[in-house]
Amino acid sequence: MAEAMTSNQTGFKVLRALVVAAITFVILWLGLRFLSNPVAFQNFPPTVSKLIQALIAVVLGVVGIWALFYAGNTILEALPSRATEILRPYLFVLPAVAVVGLYLIYPTVDTVATSFTEVPEDAGPFFNYQEAFTNPDVLTALRNNFIWLLVAPLVSVVIGLIFAGLVDRVRLESLAKSFVFMPLAISFVGAAVIWKFVYAWKPAGQPQIGLLNAFWMWAGGFLVDWGWIEQVEPIPWLQIPFWTTFPLIGIMIWLQVGFAMVVLSAAIKGVPTELTEAARIDGATERQIFFKITVPSIWGALLTVYTTIAIAVLKVFDIVFVTTGGNLDTSVVAVRMYQEMFRYRNFGQATTMAVILLVAVIPIMVVNIRNLRRQGVGA
Amino acid sequence: MTVVADPDSVPAEIIEKPRRRQKRAGDERAKASWLVRAMVLLIVVMWTLPTLGLLVNSFRTSAESSSTGWWTSLFNPLSTEWTLDNYANVLTSGGLFEALINSLIVTIPATVIPITLAAFAAYGFAWLRFKGRSLLFGIIVALLVVPLQLSLVPLLQIYQGAGLTGSFVGIWLAHTGFGLPLAVFLLYGFISLLPKDLFESAYIDGATPFTAFTRLVLPLSVPALASFAIFQFLWVWNDFLVALVFLGTSSDVAVLTIELASIVGSRGEAYHLLTAAAFVSMLIPLIVFVSLQRYFVRGLLAGSVKG
Repeated sequence: MAEAMTSNQTGFKVLRALVVAAITFVILWLGLRFLSNPVAFQNFPPTVSKLIQALIAVVLGVVGIWALFYAGNTILEALPSRATEILRPYLFVLPAVAVVGLYLIYPTVDTVATSFTEVPEDAGPFFNYQEAFTNPDVLTALRNNFIWLLVAPLVSVVIGLIFAGLVDRVRLESLAKSFVFMPLAISFVGAAVIWKFVYAWKPAGQPQIGLLNAFWMWAGGFLVDWGWIEQVEPIPWLQIPFWTTFPLIGIMIWLQVGFAMVVLSAAIKGVPTELTEAARIDGATERQIFFKITVPSIWGALLTVYTTIAIAVLKVFDIVFVTTGGNLDTSVVAVRMYQEMFRYRNFGQATTMAVILLVAVIPIMVVNIRNLRRQGVGA
Repeated sequence: MTVVADPDSVPAEIIEKPRRRQKRAGDERAKASWLVRAMVLLIVVMWTLPTLGLLVNSFRTSAESSSTGWWTSLFNPLSTEWTLDNYANVLTSGGLFEALINSLIVTIPATVIPITLAAFAAYGFAWLRFKGRSLLFGIIVALLVVPLQLSLVPLLQIYQGAGLTGSFVGIWLAHTGFGLPLAVFLLYGFISLLPKDLFESAYIDGATPFTAFTRLVLPLSVPALASFAIFQFLWVWNDFLVALVFLGTSSDVAVLTIELASIVGSRGEAYHLLTAAAFVSMLIPLIVFVSLQRYFVRGLLAGSVKG
């Protein structure tokens, strides 16, 4: 009797698992088919059909991922209990590992391989690298990336540190921080538009509509009055070959200072009060305390902020692509890679650009892994 | 990956942070000299004016926008002809309304899917024992800083073969892949520190790991989930490169950043339209950011390297 019931229950569990899994897959499959079929929405006015499509897509994506896990678990628990126990961890971990494998690990390996194999028949494996390092456009991009890397992280960290140190001592601290922090919510493309407007240029004689040129004409007026310069001309900030790189770097700095400031401000608040109090009693000035005690104690945070911004800067794409398109000697490696991919369809050169970025990031990666090891996370 | 101030305290940063200096801060604030205040004010103004100019100019007419600076309208608000035409223009004929919906279609699942996968994985790495556990986790953490450019060419080839380019499913999965290392890392830091007794009593009550996860771990991890959600939401919403490569520029799928960039290309000097379009693209992230800033800061402090 008891035996019959157990086998009945097992049979029921297996059946239920199969039904749940089947229903999940069928609904997801039909939903995705429906979504990718534009004809399905033609009977509605465009706005309505767009909204319906959005609703279906969002529900499918959000509910679908949970349904898949639920179906997976149902199948898992219908298995013999030993198998369940052995396989269970993989239900939790494997989906993420599989996605990471497909989207990051395999492509990275393949990219490195392609950069050596996608070469003309009679050329050696280093053909793409020889091409790259003898191509003046690539060399320009490399030089510009180097300039970005020298200027942007350092200036961002310095401004962020100064602001974090000063804002600690004023009223309305959190409000002031919010304003500096806000650009973090803005996209690179949005920031590029904001600054294109700041850098806007009108010929001399016309009123300037760009903030920077208006300021420059106003300030330059004084310089002329004092006889420091002959005359003042509006500057076409985004149209000067090579030098335009620096206004572009300015956009990046504007975006990153908020990040540096928040992290450094938290670090500064973590410096033990006893240290700074003791120094103050000994007669140290605020400036001495800041540079002799605070800065050395937050060295780790400074390093992490610097490397984080450095990685972002190495990959910079949107700002350059949207403002100059890489013209005027302002190209960078990521823009160059995009052009090789889509303009020239040269995947050999494109992957070579990607490998150059990887090589540039590796030292930072090593520092980060060491840092994690020290904290005892992971392996 | 950036662990600030105290290297052992990833989750402590995500959980509530004690404000140990609050009492003293008051005394010190009195000492802030006018020079300090002036420098703070200067930086705040420099970081605010560009966005303010964008907002003001988006409400000005084409004629005024192209002939005078936006600040003239701010100084003479009554003699300025304020208008909403720029917004009407970019939302309808500019195609930004459709792009706004597309951005939502892309962003919501591309935020929920990686969080779900990462929460399951983080729980598995933290509380279940299996072969290859530390190796797999080490690999995921190492991938935190690999530039996503390394993935573009092979993925594009796979996508073109599978017909996934220009599809929402394709970009959800792409953003999931690129966001997962950070998500797993952040959530692991939080979930691994949940008290062990919690699970033992749940198992005694007959819970399976799956129910323990959905009923216990997820509700308790809401602060960490929220931190990553905001992070990923802003990242996907503001992304340009991934959308450009995998989703493309045709108007039925193009997201806001793509449409904005195309307006820059086609109407680069029409600043009344450009500023309105840019503001449309910034509105939702700014709302999310202002209302959930606390969670966002926690996420930033717990980890901020992304490939």
